[in-house]
Amino acid sequence: MNAKQTTRITAATGLLLAAAIGLHLIGFHEWRQILLIAATVLAGIPIAFKAFKALKMKAFSIELLVTIAVVGALFIGEYVESAAVTFLFLFGAYLEARTLEKTRSSLKALVDMAPLEATVIRDGETMIISVDNVVEGDRVIIRSGEKVAIDGKILTGNATMNEAAITGESVPASKSVDDRVFSGTIVDNGFIEVIAERVGDDTTFARIIELVEEAQESQSKTEKFLDRFANIYTPAIIALSVLVYLFTRNIEMTLTFLVIACPGALVISAPVSIVAGIGNGARHGVLIKGGDIMEKLAKIDTVVFDKTGTLTRGKPEVTDIHAIGIEKTDLLRLVAEAEMISEHHLGQTIVKEAKSQGLELRNEPENAEVIKGNGIRATIEGKQLAIGNRQLMIAEGIQIANEIEDYAINREKAGNTAIFASINDKIFGVLSIADRIRPEAADAIRELRASGVKQIIMLTGDNRHTAELVGTQLGLDQVHAELLPEDKVAMVKKLKDAGHRVAMAGDGINDAPAIATADIGLAMGEGGTDISMETADVVLMADRLDQFSHAYSLAKATVRNMKQNTFFAVGTVALLLAGVLLGKVFLASGMLIHELSVLLVILNAIRLIRYTMRKTLKRKNSEHELLPE
Amino acid sequence: MKKIVLNLEPLTCPSCIKKIESALRKLDGITEAKVMFNSGKVRAQFDEDKIEAETIAKTVSGLGYPIISQKVS
Repeated sequence: MNAKQTTRITAATGLLLAAAIGLHLIGFHEWRQILLIAATVLAGIPIAFKAFKALKMKAFSIELLVTIAVVGALFIGEYVESAAVTFLFLFGAYLEARTLEKTRSSLKALVDMAPLEATVIRDGETMIISVDNVVEGDRVIIRSGEKVAIDGKILTGNATMNEAAITGESVPASKSVDDRVFSGTIVDNGFIEVIAERVGDDTTFARIIELVEEAQESQSKTEKFLDRFANIYTPAIIALSVLVYLFTRNIEMTLTFLVIACPGALVISAPVSIVAGIGNGARHGVLIKGGDIMEKLAKIDTVVFDKTGTLTRGKPEVTDIHAIGIEKTDLLRLVAEAEMISEHHLGQTIVKEAKSQGLELRNEPENAEVIKGNGIRATIEGKQLAIGNRQLMIAEGIQIANEIEDYAINREKAGNTAIFASINDKIFGVLSIADRIRPEAADAIRELRASGVKQIIMLTGDNRHTAELVGTQLGLDQVHAELLPEDKVAMVKKLKDAGHRVAMAGDGINDAPAIATADIGLAMGEGGTDISMETADVVLMADRLDQFSHAYSLAKATVRNMKQNTFFAVGTVALLLAGVLLGKVFLASGMLIHELSVLLVILNAIRLIRYTMRKTLKRKNSEHELLPE
Repeated sequence: MKKIVLNLEPLTCPSCIKKIESALRKLDGITEAKVMFNSGKVRAQFDEDKIEAETIAKTVSGLGYPIISQKVS
């Protein structure tokens, strides 16, 4: 007997009941009774069927209790009750299935994004095959509007990609050769050829789904408590009904107990909230790995951030080019051509900037020389170039004019590293490089405070000066600089010992020990780094701090929702028991209250699916805040 | 040792978790059985020498839970 048949039977029973009410109104008593019995038998079939099947497997079931209650009701001639109970039981299950589906809709929406087929080129032949048959190393072609079916690197072409499935971010990202693309993302516009690196269950997308599924099943403390309660509840109610029968011979009350023996609302109250909450997080690019983590996250009062890569982007960028007597692009091109020989990350940052501006770096530097810690010297197009810091300029005997010096100092005060460039012993430009604070960091920190975080602390291995600068710009409570990974662990421990509940956010690799020590460890997902996805309690898939503040307020809302549900479920049970014992609640009304309580609990949880905290807090893009890298 | 995942129709009353899990654990050759209530799945570890995947699937459908799809790995 499948769900569809049961739905049809439920509908038919409903019609029979409606007809019975009609007959009752026009006074055909006999006919009404016949219809009621027919309705009971019809709706009773799927229930009794399930009870019988379970019994055959020697398994106990709620359906068995309901069947006994209904047979009993028929026996004592309570046809209205028996028909109502069977109908309500089936109709309740139907409504529960429909509404529960909603609480699980976030995960389902994710699963539905799974790609089904891929276009691959094998031996020069293009073919469309099922995703299951794509193997590592396959060349996969993805056109506009198509889904990426594997994780891999772009071989040729470029495209704007919708990566919402992975990051929750709906603004398309542009990708070109050598960039990584992920299964489940969609090519918005463009054409790319990708080499498959991870396929099937190994893709980031498949792992996210698995993690979310597991998270939704993992039990929180509240759930475990309720489960224990529910385990006692059913046997206790059965025992009670037997006792009632033995002492009072009140068959109606005995049967009523059997009808309310299902601990539905109790068992379901906490999990539905958690499932809806985790689903909401997943849709917004936050993986919260379970109910207990949701509860712990909601209690956090202290947040510890790593600096580089967490509060800042972790990648130095060229923030300004100051050209003197030369075109900006010419300056950038010449410097980048010289820096091609440099392995230093500042040099590479300049080369990257030139490439991203589409400049062609054609000239090979001659007589190139790296002066360690200071810069480089090279000859390009017959020009003598020296590029580096002040020390290099002084060593080369190059005069730095006052206004250039003033400009450089200003840039440095704003947190940049200033790089001087000279041609034939004359300065013709200054390039500023900085690791920018993430644009959303200030807002995210404000939101965290608004949601109840008491103190926000930054721990960094970087120098004091840089750390202070970030600290003041973001308004942090404490800044601790020049720390080794083990110092960070010690700091987190100290905070925990002082009674704080600590969340630590880091980039997942060098912060791993501190993340593991904290009550809640958050990692930036970086599009799915293995380590961070596996070890952290909460993963921010799009590397955005506002996802953290969303997760925090979401956790609070989820726990609140769960408490409401638990309270409501336990309250209903108490009222129901009292009602039955006082003789106010009978079979049909008992079943009605029971089913209603289950539905209300589910409906309350559904509110979480649409939860956003953005309503109250308007985003405002902060100014370019700079930092030396 | 193999793993089987059964996709069921959406589960409603949580009492089914106990029912299915205990029925499966009684079978010889099953080392672990878990009902994932929210995703409507049953996951079990079994010894392929002692029990066939089909038997496991039949037990679950026999309890009144039709199986939509199954995957053995």
